[in-house]
Amino acid sequence: MTPLLKVQNIAKFYGNRIGCRDVNFDLYPGEVMGIVGESGSGKSTLLNCLAGHLVPDDGAVLFDTRTDGLKDTVTMPEPERRMLGRTDWAFVHQHARDGLRMNISAGGNVGERLMAVGARHYGNIRSDAIDWLGRVEINETRIDDHPTAFSGGMQQRLQIARNLVTGPRLVFMDEPTGGLDVSVQARLLDLLRGLVREMGLSAVIVTHDLAVVRLLADRLMVMKDGHVVETGLTDQVLDDPQHAYTQLLVSSVLQV
Amino acid sequence: MTDYNFAYLDEQTKRMIRRAILKGLAIPGYQVPFASREMPMPYGWGTGGVQVSAATLTPDDTLKVIDQGADDTTNAVSIRKFFEVTAGVTTTENTTEASVIQTRHRIPEAELRDDQILVYQVPIPEPLRFLEPRETETRKMHALEEYGLMHVKLYEDISQHGAIATSYAYPVKVEGRYVMDPSPIPKFDNPKLEMSAIQLFGAGREQRIYALPPYTKVESLDFEDYPFEATKADHACDMCGAENSYLDEVIMDDQGSRMFVCSDTDFCAGRQQAGHLGALAAVNAEDAA
Repeated sequence: MTPLLKVQNIAKFYGNRIGCRDVNFDLYPGEVMGIVGESGSGKSTLLNCLAGHLVPDDGAVLFDTRTDGLKDTVTMPEPERRMLGRTDWAFVHQHARDGLRMNISAGGNVGERLMAVGARHYGNIRSDAIDWLGRVEINETRIDDHPTAFSGGMQQRLQIARNLVTGPRLVFMDEPTGGLDVSVQARLLDLLRGLVREMGLSAVIVTHDLAVVRLLADRLMVMKDGHVVETGLTDQVLDDPQHAYTQLLVSSVLQV
Repeated sequence: MTDYNFAYLDEQTKRMIRRAILKGLAIPGYQVPFASREMPMPYGWGTGGVQVSAATLTPDDTLKVIDQGADDTTNAVSIRKFFEVTAGVTTTENTTEASVIQTRHRIPEAELRDDQILVYQVPIPEPLRFLEPRETETRKMHALEEYGLMHVKLYEDISQHGAIATSYAYPVKVEGRYVMDPSPIPKFDNPKLEMSAIQLFGAGREQRIYALPPYTKVESLDFEDYPFEATKADHACDMCGAENSYLDEVIMDDQGSRMFVCSDTDFCAGRQQAGHLGALAAVNAEDAA
Protein backbone atom coordinates (compact mmCIF):
# COMPACT_ATOMS: atom_id res chain seq x y z
CA MET A 1 0.00 0.00 0.00
CA THR A 2 1.24 3.51 -0.81
CA PRO A 3 1.50 5.77 2.20
CA LEU A 4 -0.65 8.90 2.06
CA LEU A 5 2.16 10.99 3.46
CA LYS A 6 5.83 10.15 3.41
CA VAL A 7 8.08 12.38 5.48
CA GLN A 8 11.81 12.14 4.76
CA ASN A 9 14.57 13.81 6.79
CA ILE A 10 12.67 16.99 7.52
CA ALA A 11 14.84 19.65 9.15
CA LYS A 12 14.10 23.26 10.02
CA PHE A 13 16.59 25.64 11.64
CA TYR A 14 16.02 29.04 13.15
CA GLY A 15 19.50 30.48 12.70
CA ASN A 16 21.74 28.29 14.85
CA ARG A 17 18.89 26.86 16.85
CA ILE A 18 17.23 23.64 15.79
CA GLY A 19 13.51 23.74 15.07
CA CYS A 20 13.35 20.08 14.26
CA ARG A 21 15.61 17.67 12.40
CA ASP A 22 15.90 14.12 11.06
CA VAL A 23 12.18 13.48 11.16
CA ASN A 24 11.04 10.46 9.17
CA PHE A 25 7.70 8.70 9.13
CA ASP A 26 5.06 7.24 6.84
CA LEU A 27 1.37 7.84 7.34
CA TYR A 28 -1.04 5.38 5.77
CA PRO A 29 -4.64 6.13 4.73
CA GLY A 30 -7.02 6.06 7.69
CA GLU A 31 -4.20 6.29 10.20
CA VAL A 32 -3.91 8.89 12.94
CA MET A 33 -0.44 9.91 14.04
CA GLY A 34 0.10 11.73 17.32
CA ILE A 35 3.10 13.93 18.01
CA VAL A 36 3.73 14.70 21.68
CA GLY A 37 6.45 16.55 23.49
CA GLU A 38 6.98 19.50 25.79
CA SER A 39 6.70 23.15 24.76
CA GLY A 40 9.54 24.12 22.41
CA SER A 41 10.26 20.55 21.37
CA GLY A 42 9.58 21.35 17.71
CA LYS A 43 6.12 19.81 17.38
CA SER A 44 4.46 22.85 15.86
CA THR A 45 7.46 23.63 13.66
CA LEU A 46 7.26 20.11 12.28
CA LEU A 47 3.52 20.36 11.69
CA ASN A 48 3.89 23.69 9.90
CA CYS A 49 6.61 22.21 7.69
CA LEU A 50 4.37 19.30 6.79
CA ALA A 51 1.38 21.53 6.04
CA GLY A 52 3.39 23.88 3.86
CA HIS A 53 3.16 26.89 6.17
CA LEU A 54 6.92 26.82 6.72
CA VAL A 55 9.56 25.86 4.19
CA PRO A 56 11.79 23.16 5.66
CA ASP A 57 15.55 23.63 5.23
CA ASP A 58 16.05 20.02 4.28
CA GLY A 59 14.08 16.92 3.42
CA ALA A 60 10.94 16.05 1.52
CA VAL A 61 7.24 15.72 2.29
CA LEU A 62 5.69 13.37 -0.24
CA PHE A 63 1.91 13.37 -0.53
CA ASP A 64 -0.13 10.84 -2.47
CA THR A 65 -1.94 13.26 -4.83
CA ARG A 66 -5.09 12.13 -6.64
CA THR A 67 -3.63 12.72 -10.09
CA ASP A 68 0.13 12.12 -9.96
CA GLY A 69 0.63 9.80 -6.99
CA LEU A 70 3.42 10.56 -4.53
CA LYS A 71 4.68 14.09 -5.02
CA ASP A 72 7.02 16.30 -3.00
CA THR A 73 4.93 19.16 -1.61
CA VAL A 74 8.02 21.17 -0.62
CA THR A 75 9.16 21.60 -4.21
CA MET A 76 5.76 21.59 -5.91
CA PRO A 77 4.61 24.95 -7.37
CA GLU A 78 2.84 27.20 -4.93
CA PRO A 79 -0.56 27.24 -6.70
CA GLU A 80 -0.66 23.45 -6.54
CA ARG A 81 0.30 23.42 -2.85
CA ARG A 82 -2.32 26.03 -1.99
CA MET A 83 -4.88 24.02 -3.95
CA LEU A 84 -4.03 20.99 -1.80
CA GLY A 85 -4.39 23.25 1.23
CA ARG A 86 -8.03 23.88 0.43
CA THR A 87 -9.04 20.51 -0.98
CA ASP A 88 -7.23 17.40 0.25
CA TRP A 89 -5.68 18.97 3.33
CA ALA A 90 -7.19 20.62 6.33
CA PHE A 91 -5.52 22.50 9.15
CA VAL A 92 -7.11 22.91 12.57
CA HIS A 93 -5.44 25.64 14.59
CA GLN A 94 -5.07 25.65 18.34
CA HIS A 95 -6.86 28.98 18.62
CA ALA A 96 -10.08 28.89 16.64
CA ARG A 97 -9.77 32.56 15.83
CA ASP A 98 -6.62 31.85 13.80
CA GLY A 99 -8.54 29.45 11.63
CA LEU A 100 -11.85 31.28 11.37
CA ARG A 101 -12.89 34.55 9.81
CA MET A 102 -14.32 36.27 12.84
CA ASN A 103 -16.25 38.95 10.93
CA ILE A 104 -18.08 36.46 8.73
CA SER A 105 -21.10 34.36 9.77
CA ALA A 106 -20.78 30.68 10.68
CA GLY A 107 -22.38 29.68 7.38
CA GLY A 108 -19.95 31.84 5.42
CA ASN A 109 -17.04 30.32 7.30
CA VAL A 110 -18.13 26.79 6.41
CA GLY A 111 -18.97 27.79 2.84
CA GLU A 112 -15.66 29.53 2.14
CA ARG A 113 -13.78 26.39 1.18
CA LEU A 114 -16.66 25.28 -1.05
CA MET A 115 -16.65 28.63 -2.83
CA ALA A 116 -12.85 28.52 -3.05
CA VAL A 117 -13.10 25.34 -5.11
CA GLY A 118 -15.79 26.76 -7.37
CA ALA A 119 -19.22 26.23 -5.75
CA ARG A 120 -21.49 28.95 -7.15
CA HIS A 121 -24.95 27.85 -6.05
CA TYR A 122 -26.09 29.64 -2.90
CA GLY A 123 -28.77 27.11 -1.98
CA ASN A 124 -26.37 24.15 -2.17
CA ILE A 125 -23.64 25.94 -0.25
CA ARG A 126 -26.10 26.81 2.46
CA SER A 127 -27.52 23.31 2.79
CA ASP A 128 -23.98 21.88 2.97
CA ALA A 129 -23.19 24.41 5.69
CA ILE A 130 -26.32 23.44 7.64
CA ASP A 131 -25.45 19.77 7.26
CA TRP A 132 -21.95 20.33 8.60
CA LEU A 133 -23.05 22.53 11.49
CA GLY A 134 -25.33 19.66 12.50
CA ARG A 135 -22.49 17.16 12.33
CA VAL A 136 -20.42 19.23 14.73
CA GLU A 137 -23.42 19.74 17.01
CA ILE A 138 -24.01 23.42 16.33
CA ASN A 139 -27.67 24.36 16.12
CA GLU A 140 -28.88 25.31 12.63
CA THR A 141 -30.37 28.53 14.03
CA ARG A 142 -26.85 29.82 14.69
CA ILE A 143 -25.86 29.70 11.02
CA ASP A 144 -26.02 33.48 10.52
CA ASP A 145 -24.30 34.34 13.81
CA HIS A 146 -20.70 35.50 13.82
CA PRO A 147 -18.14 33.25 15.52
CA THR A 148 -17.52 36.07 18.02
CA ALA A 149 -20.91 35.17 19.50
CA PHE A 150 -19.82 31.53 19.98
CA SER A 151 -18.21 29.92 23.02
CA GLY A 152 -14.65 28.61 22.74
CA GLY A 153 -15.80 25.03 22.26
CA MET A 154 -18.30 26.00 19.58
CA GLN A 155 -15.67 28.05 17.76
CA GLN A 156 -13.39 25.03 17.75
CA ARG A 157 -16.17 22.80 16.39
CA LEU A 158 -16.99 25.42 13.76
CA GLN A 159 -13.36 25.44 12.71
CA ILE A 160 -13.47 21.68 12.32
CA ALA A 161 -16.66 21.86 10.23
CA ARG A 162 -15.11 24.55 8.03
CA ASN A 163 -12.09 22.35 7.43
CA LEU A 164 -13.85 19.07 6.77
CA VAL A 165 -16.57 20.38 4.46
CA THR A 166 -14.57 19.72 1.28
CA GLY A 167 -13.90 16.12 2.33
CA PRO A 168 -10.13 16.32 2.86
CA ARG A 169 -8.04 13.16 3.12
CA LEU A 170 -5.44 14.50 5.53
CA VAL A 171 -6.04 16.71 8.55
CA PHE A 172 -3.32 18.53 10.47
CA MET A 173 -4.31 19.46 14.01
CA ASP A 174 -2.33 21.72 16.27
CA GLU A 175 -3.47 21.24 19.88
CA PRO A 176 -7.15 20.99 18.90
CA THR A 177 -8.28 20.80 22.53
CA GLY A 178 -5.95 23.44 23.98
CA GLY A 179 -7.66 26.08 26.07
CA LEU A 180 -10.96 24.20 26.45
CA ASP A 181 -12.33 22.98 29.76
CA VAL A 182 -12.28 19.24 30.35
CA SER A 183 -15.94 18.45 29.72
CA VAL A 184 -15.88 20.37 26.43
CA GLN A 185 -12.59 18.64 25.58
CA ALA A 186 -14.21 15.28 26.11
CA ARG A 187 -17.11 16.08 23.79
CA LEU A 188 -14.77 17.50 21.17
CA LEU A 189 -12.59 14.40 21.29
CA ASP A 190 -15.65 12.22 20.98
CA LEU A 191 -16.76 14.20 17.97
CA LEU A 192 -13.31 14.11 16.37
CA ARG A 193 -12.98 10.38 16.91
CA GLY A 194 -16.37 9.84 15.30
CA LEU A 195 -15.56 12.02 12.28
CA VAL A 196 -12.10 10.52 11.76
CA ARG A 197 -13.49 6.98 11.80
CA GLU A 198 -16.60 7.78 9.77
CA MET A 199 -14.76 9.67 7.00
CA GLY A 200 -11.70 7.42 7.08
CA LEU A 201 -9.49 10.45 7.60
CA SER A 202 -5.79 10.38 8.12
CA ALA A 203 -4.57 12.89 10.65
CA VAL A 204 -1.43 14.27 12.21
CA ILE A 205 -2.23 15.57 15.68
CA VAL A 206 0.20 17.67 17.66
CA THR A 207 -0.54 17.94 21.34
CA HIS A 208 0.99 17.85 24.79
CA ASP A 209 -2.10 16.22 26.22
CA LEU A 210 -1.49 12.49 26.45
CA ALA A 211 -5.20 11.78 26.90
CA VAL A 212 -5.87 13.20 23.44
CA VAL A 213 -3.44 10.87 21.73
CA ARG A 214 -4.55 7.92 23.83
CA LEU A 215 -8.06 8.40 22.47
CA LEU A 216 -7.34 9.42 18.89
CA ALA A 217 -3.92 8.30 17.73
CA ASP A 218 -2.94 4.91 16.35
CA ARG A 219 0.73 5.71 16.46
CA LEU A 220 2.79 8.07 18.53
CA MET A 221 5.94 10.06 18.04
CA VAL A 222 7.66 11.64 21.05
CA MET A 223 9.77 14.72 20.40
CA LYS A 224 12.36 16.50 22.50
CA ASP A 225 14.65 19.39 21.53
CA GLY A 226 13.75 19.04 17.88
CA HIS A 227 14.50 15.33 17.68
CA VAL A 228 12.22 12.32 17.63
CA VAL A 229 13.18 10.27 20.68
CA GLU A 230 10.66 7.48 20.49
CA THR A 231 8.03 6.14 18.10
CA GLY A 232 5.60 3.27 18.22
CA LEU A 233 1.99 2.23 18.69
CA THR A 234 0.25 4.60 21.06
CA ASP A 235 -0.56 2.04 23.76
CA GLN A 236 2.92 0.56 23.54
CA VAL A 237 4.64 3.93 23.98
CA LEU A 238 2.36 5.10 26.76
CA ASP A 239 2.29 1.82 28.72
CA ASP A 240 5.90 0.82 28.24
CA PRO A 241 7.94 3.95 27.61
CA GLN A 242 11.59 3.22 26.77
CA HIS A 243 13.25 6.61 26.53
CA ALA A 244 13.93 8.53 29.74
CA TYR A 245 12.05 11.57 28.52
CA THR A 246 8.97 9.53 27.56
CA GLN A 247 9.03 7.93 30.99
CA LEU A 248 9.12 11.39 32.54
CA LEU A 249 6.30 12.55 30.30
CA VAL A 250 4.07 9.59 31.10
CA SER A 251 4.73 9.80 34.83
CA SER A 252 4.01 13.54 34.87
CA VAL A 253 0.32 12.99 34.19
CA LEU A 254 -1.65 13.60 37.34
CA GLN A 255 -3.78 10.60 38.30
CA VAL A 256 -7.12 11.57 39.75
CA MET B 1 -0.85 81.10 -20.68
CA THR B 2 0.55 80.08 -17.29
CA ASP B 3 3.76 79.14 -15.56
CA TYR B 4 2.56 75.55 -15.20
CA ASN B 5 3.74 72.80 -17.47
CA PHE B 6 0.86 71.61 -19.65
CA ALA B 7 -1.70 69.88 -17.38
CA TYR B 8 0.27 70.64 -14.18
CA LEU B 9 2.45 67.50 -14.03
CA ASP B 10 6.02 67.56 -15.39
CA GLU B 11 6.76 65.52 -18.51
CA GLN B 12 8.72 62.79 -16.71
CA THR B 13 5.83 62.15 -14.36
CA LYS B 14 3.39 61.98 -17.25
CA ARG B 15 5.63 59.46 -19.00
CA MET B 16 5.70 57.35 -15.85
CA ILE B 17 1.91 57.44 -15.58
CA ARG B 18 1.47 56.66 -19.29
CA ARG B 19 3.67 53.60 -18.89
CA ALA B 20 1.44 52.44 -16.04
CA ILE B 21 -1.66 53.10 -18.17
CA LEU B 22 -0.25 51.11 -21.09
CA LYS B 23 0.61 48.23 -18.82
CA GLY B 24 -2.88 48.39 -17.34
CA LEU B 25 -4.41 48.26 -20.82
CA ALA B 26 -2.21 45.32 -21.74
CA ILE B 27 -3.36 43.36 -18.65
CA PRO B 28 -7.04 44.32 -18.26
CA GLY B 29 -8.13 44.53 -14.62
CA TYR B 30 -4.60 44.20 -13.19
CA GLN B 31 -3.67 46.88 -10.65
CA VAL B 32 -0.45 48.53 -11.78
CA PRO B 33 1.49 50.30 -9.02
CA PHE B 34 2.66 53.81 -9.90
CA ALA B 35 4.49 56.61 -8.12
CA SER B 36 1.48 58.74 -7.31
CA ARG B 37 2.40 62.42 -6.92
CA GLU B 38 1.21 64.88 -4.36
CA MET B 39 -1.53 66.94 -6.01
CA PRO B 40 -2.87 70.34 -4.95
CA MET B 41 -6.01 68.75 -3.49
CA PRO B 42 -6.66 66.34 -0.63
CA TYR B 43 -6.69 62.56 -1.05
CA GLY B 44 -10.23 61.42 -1.67
CA TRP B 45 -10.92 64.32 -4.00
CA GLY B 46 -9.78 62.51 -7.10
CA THR B 47 -6.00 62.78 -7.02
CA GLY B 48 -5.67 59.50 -8.91
CA GLY B 49 -8.17 60.45 -11.58
CA VAL B 50 -6.58 63.88 -11.99
CA GLN B 51 -3.15 62.36 -12.55
CA VAL B 52 -4.48 59.92 -15.13
CA SER B 53 -6.38 62.74 -16.87
CA ALA B 54 -3.26 64.94 -16.83
CA ALA B 55 -1.21 62.20 -18.46
CA THR B 56 -3.95 61.54 -21.03
CA LEU B 57 -4.88 65.09 -22.06
CA THR B 58 -3.55 66.74 -25.22
CA PRO B 59 -4.07 70.45 -26.04
CA ASP B 60 -6.77 69.50 -28.59
CA ASP B 61 -8.87 67.55 -26.11
CA THR B 62 -12.23 68.61 -24.75
CA LEU B 63 -12.67 67.76 -21.08
CA LYS B 64 -15.79 66.95 -19.12
CA VAL B 65 -15.76 66.31 -15.37
CA ILE B 66 -18.65 64.71 -13.53
CA ASP B 67 -19.23 63.89 -9.89
CA GLN B 68 -22.04 61.40 -9.11
CA GLY B 69 -23.31 62.17 -12.61
CA ALA B 70 -23.50 65.93 -12.08
CA ASP B 71 -21.39 68.58 -13.79
CA ASP B 72 -22.07 71.29 -11.22
CA THR B 73 -20.98 69.82 -7.88
CA THR B 74 -17.93 71.08 -5.97
CA ASN B 75 -15.61 68.27 -6.95
CA ALA B 76 -16.49 68.47 -10.64
CA VAL B 77 -16.32 72.26 -10.78
CA SER B 78 -12.95 72.49 -9.06
CA ILE B 79 -11.29 69.78 -11.15
CA ARG B 80 -12.65 71.34 -14.34
CA LYS B 81 -11.26 74.72 -13.28
CA PHE B 82 -7.96 73.12 -12.38
CA PHE B 83 -7.47 71.87 -15.93
CA GLU B 84 -8.78 75.11 -17.45
CA VAL B 85 -6.01 76.93 -15.62
CA THR B 86 -3.15 74.42 -15.91
CA ALA B 87 -3.85 72.92 -19.36
CA GLY B 88 -6.00 75.53 -21.05
CA VAL B 89 -8.09 72.81 -22.70
CA THR B 90 -11.67 73.39 -23.75
CA THR B 91 -14.18 72.09 -21.24
CA THR B 92 -17.75 71.04 -21.79
CA GLU B 93 -20.72 69.64 -19.93
CA ASN B 94 -21.94 67.82 -23.00
CA THR B 95 -21.08 64.10 -22.94
CA THR B 96 -21.00 63.66 -26.72
CA GLU B 97 -18.67 66.66 -27.27
CA ALA B 98 -16.07 65.54 -24.72
CA SER B 99 -13.02 63.50 -25.69
CA VAL B 100 -11.82 62.90 -22.12
CA ILE B 101 -14.36 62.47 -19.32
CA GLN B 102 -13.20 62.29 -15.72
CA THR B 103 -15.87 60.76 -13.52
CA ARG B 104 -16.56 60.03 -9.90
CA HIS B 105 -19.04 57.23 -9.11
CA ARG B 106 -21.03 57.19 -12.38
CA ILE B 107 -20.90 56.20 -16.03
CA PRO B 108 -22.75 58.73 -18.24
CA GLU B 109 -26.13 57.64 -19.60
CA ALA B 110 -25.22 58.54 -23.19
CA GLU B 111 -23.39 55.70 -24.93
CA LEU B 112 -19.69 56.51 -25.26
CA ARG B 113 -17.77 56.20 -28.54
CA ASP B 114 -14.42 54.66 -29.39
CA ASP B 115 -12.75 58.11 -29.64
CA GLN B 116 -13.53 58.91 -26.01
CA ILE B 117 -11.67 58.12 -22.80
CA LEU B 118 -13.42 57.66 -19.46
CA VAL B 119 -11.25 58.27 -16.37
CA TYR B 120 -12.50 57.02 -12.99
CA GLN B 121 -11.53 58.31 -9.57
CA VAL B 122 -10.99 55.29 -7.34
CA PRO B 123 -10.85 55.41 -3.53
CA ILE B 124 -9.93 51.75 -2.85
CA PRO B 125 -8.77 49.74 -5.86
CA GLU B 126 -8.51 46.39 -4.08
CA PRO B 127 -11.82 44.49 -4.25
CA LEU B 128 -10.61 41.99 -1.64
CA ARG B 129 -9.47 44.64 0.84
CA PHE B 130 -12.30 44.43 3.36
CA LEU B 131 -12.11 40.65 3.39
CA GLU B 132 -8.34 40.29 3.53
CA PRO B 133 -6.44 43.22 5.03
CA ARG B 134 -2.94 41.98 4.08
CA GLU B 135 -1.69 43.44 0.80
CA THR B 136 0.89 40.64 0.38
CA GLU B 137 -1.94 38.12 0.62
CA THR B 138 -4.33 39.90 -1.77
CA ARG B 139 -1.58 40.18 -4.38
CA LYS B 140 -0.96 36.47 -4.06
CA MET B 141 -4.68 35.78 -4.37
CA HIS B 142 -4.81 37.80 -7.60
CA ALA B 143 -1.71 36.08 -8.92
CA LEU B 144 -3.11 32.61 -8.20
CA GLU B 145 -6.71 33.47 -9.15
CA GLU B 146 -8.00 32.56 -5.69
CA TYR B 147 -11.24 34.49 -5.72
CA GLY B 148 -13.45 32.29 -3.53
CA LEU B 149 -13.41 34.96 -0.83
CA MET B 150 -15.23 37.42 -3.10
CA HIS B 151 -18.20 35.07 -3.17
CA VAL B 152 -18.08 34.79 0.61
CA LYS B 153 -18.95 38.48 0.70
CA LEU B 154 -21.91 37.93 -1.64
CA TYR B 155 -22.94 34.89 0.44
CA GLU B 156 -22.99 37.09 3.54
CA ASP B 157 -25.15 39.60 1.71
CA ILE B 158 -27.75 37.00 0.81
CA SER B 159 -27.76 35.38 4.25
CA GLN B 160 -28.29 38.74 5.94
CA HIS B 161 -30.54 40.55 3.49
CA GLY B 162 -32.11 37.82 1.36
CA ALA B 163 -30.54 39.25 -1.79
CA ILE B 164 -27.16 40.55 -2.92
CA ALA B 165 -27.33 43.90 -1.14
CA THR B 166 -24.06 45.26 -2.50
CA SER B 167 -25.35 48.15 -4.58
CA TYR B 168 -22.19 50.00 -5.56
CA ALA B 169 -18.54 49.02 -6.15
CA TYR B 170 -19.96 45.69 -7.25
CA PRO B 171 -17.07 43.31 -8.01
CA VAL B 172 -16.54 42.21 -11.61
CA LYS B 173 -14.37 39.64 -13.36
CA VAL B 174 -12.46 40.98 -16.34
CA GLU B 175 -11.92 38.71 -19.37
CA GLY B 176 -12.31 35.67 -17.14
CA ARG B 177 -9.16 36.54 -15.21
CA TYR B 178 -8.80 39.44 -12.76
CA VAL B 179 -11.45 40.38 -10.24
CA MET B 180 -11.72 44.16 -10.27
CA ASP B 181 -13.39 46.89 -8.24
CA PRO B 182 -15.17 49.10 -10.79
CA SER B 183 -14.88 52.06 -8.33
CA PRO B 184 -18.04 53.01 -6.40
CA ILE B 185 -20.34 53.22 -9.43
CA PRO B 186 -23.88 51.95 -8.77
CA LYS B 187 -24.35 48.37 -9.90
CA PHE B 188 -26.88 49.81 -12.39
CA ASP B 189 -23.82 50.94 -14.37
CA ASN B 190 -22.03 47.57 -14.31
CA PRO B 191 -23.42 46.29 -17.64
CA LYS B 192 -22.16 49.51 -19.26
CA LEU B 193 -18.54 48.59 -18.39
CA GLU B 194 -18.46 46.68 -21.68
CA MET B 195 -18.20 49.74 -23.93
CA SER B 196 -16.43 51.22 -26.96
CA ALA B 197 -14.47 53.84 -25.01
CA ILE B 198 -11.20 53.27 -23.17
CA GLN B 199 -11.72 53.17 -19.40
CA LEU B 200 -8.89 54.14 -17.06
CA PHE B 201 -9.00 53.89 -13.26
CA GLY B 202 -6.71 55.97 -11.03
CA ALA B 203 -6.30 55.58 -7.26
CA GLY B 204 -4.01 58.35 -5.97
CA ARG B 205 -3.66 57.52 -2.31
CA GLU B 206 -3.39 53.77 -2.98
CA GLN B 207 -1.00 54.40 -5.91
CA ARG B 208 -2.66 52.07 -8.39
CA ILE B 209 -3.79 52.40 -11.99
CA TYR B 210 -5.87 49.84 -13.86
CA ALA B 211 -7.73 49.85 -17.12
CA LEU B 212 -10.33 48.28 -19.37
CA PRO B 213 -9.59 48.35 -23.11
CA PRO B 214 -12.62 48.84 -25.41
CA TYR B 215 -15.02 45.89 -25.72
CA THR B 216 -13.40 43.99 -22.84
CA LYS B 217 -15.60 41.26 -21.40
CA VAL B 218 -16.73 42.27 -17.91
CA GLU B 219 -18.88 39.93 -15.82
CA SER B 220 -20.48 40.90 -12.53
CA LEU B 221 -19.97 38.14 -9.94
CA ASP B 222 -23.06 36.32 -8.71
CA PHE B 223 -24.55 32.97 -7.70
CA GLU B 224 -26.38 30.60 -10.06
CA ASP B 225 -29.55 30.90 -7.99
CA TYR B 226 -29.06 34.62 -7.21
CA PRO B 227 -28.06 36.16 -10.54
CA PHE B 228 -26.70 39.69 -10.87
CA GLU B 229 -29.33 42.39 -11.26
CA ALA B 230 -28.70 46.00 -12.28
CA THR B 231 -31.05 47.88 -10.00
CA LYS B 232 -32.32 51.44 -9.85
CA ALA B 233 -35.11 53.29 -8.03
CA ASP B 234 -38.45 52.02 -9.36
CA HIS B 235 -39.61 55.39 -10.67
CA ALA B 236 -39.34 57.73 -13.63
CA CYS B 237 -37.34 60.95 -13.51
CA ASP B 238 -39.57 63.74 -12.19
CA MET B 239 -37.81 66.33 -14.34
CA CYS B 240 -37.43 64.67 -17.73
CA GLY B 241 -39.61 61.57 -17.44
CA ALA B 242 -36.81 59.14 -18.36
CA GLU B 243 -37.55 55.60 -17.17
CA ASN B 244 -34.22 53.98 -17.95
CA SER B 245 -31.74 56.31 -16.25
CA TYR B 246 -30.17 56.07 -12.79
CA LEU B 247 -32.06 58.27 -10.32
CA ASP B 248 -31.16 60.31 -7.25
CA GLU B 249 -33.75 60.55 -4.52
CA VAL B 250 -34.15 64.12 -3.25
CA ILE B 251 -35.97 64.91 0.00
CA MET B 252 -38.07 68.04 -0.61
CA ASP B 253 -39.31 69.19 2.78
CA ASP B 254 -39.74 68.27 6.44
CA GLN B 255 -42.90 66.29 5.63
CA GLY B 256 -40.83 63.70 3.81
CA SER B 257 -42.09 64.36 0.29
CA ARG B 258 -39.47 63.43 -2.26
CA MET B 259 -38.65 63.52 -5.92
CA PHE B 260 -36.52 61.38 -8.17
CA VAL B 261 -34.22 63.01 -10.70
CA CYS B 262 -31.62 61.69 -13.13
CA SER B 263 -28.20 61.68 -11.52
CA ASP B 264 -26.72 62.47 -14.96
CA THR B 265 -27.45 66.22 -15.21
CA ASP B 266 -26.38 66.52 -18.85
CA PHE B 267 -28.65 63.65 -19.91
CA CYS B 268 -31.59 65.13 -17.98
CA ALA B 269 -31.12 68.68 -19.31
CA GLY B 270 -30.82 67.36 -22.87
CA ARG B 271 -34.12 65.50 -22.58
CA GLN B 272 -35.89 68.50 -21.09
CA GLN B 273 -34.68 70.67 -23.96
CA ALA B 274 -36.00 68.08 -26.39
CA GLY B 275 -39.41 68.53 -24.80
CA HIS B 276 -39.64 65.52 -22.44
CA LEU B 277 -41.16 66.54 -19.16
CA GLY B 278 -41.54 64.60 -15.91
CA ALA B 279 -44.28 64.69 -13.28
CA LEU B 280 -42.81 67.58 -11.29
CA ALA B 281 -41.18 69.56 -14.12
CA ALA B 282 -44.05 72.09 -14.34
CA VAL B 283 -43.97 72.76 -10.59
CA ASN B 284 -40.27 73.35 -10.81
CA ALA B 285 -40.65 75.81 -13.72
CA GLU B 286 -43.20 77.83 -11.71
CA ASP B 287 -40.81 78.03 -8.77
CA ALA B 288 -38.09 79.32 -11.06
CA ALA B 289 -40.43 81.96 -12.51
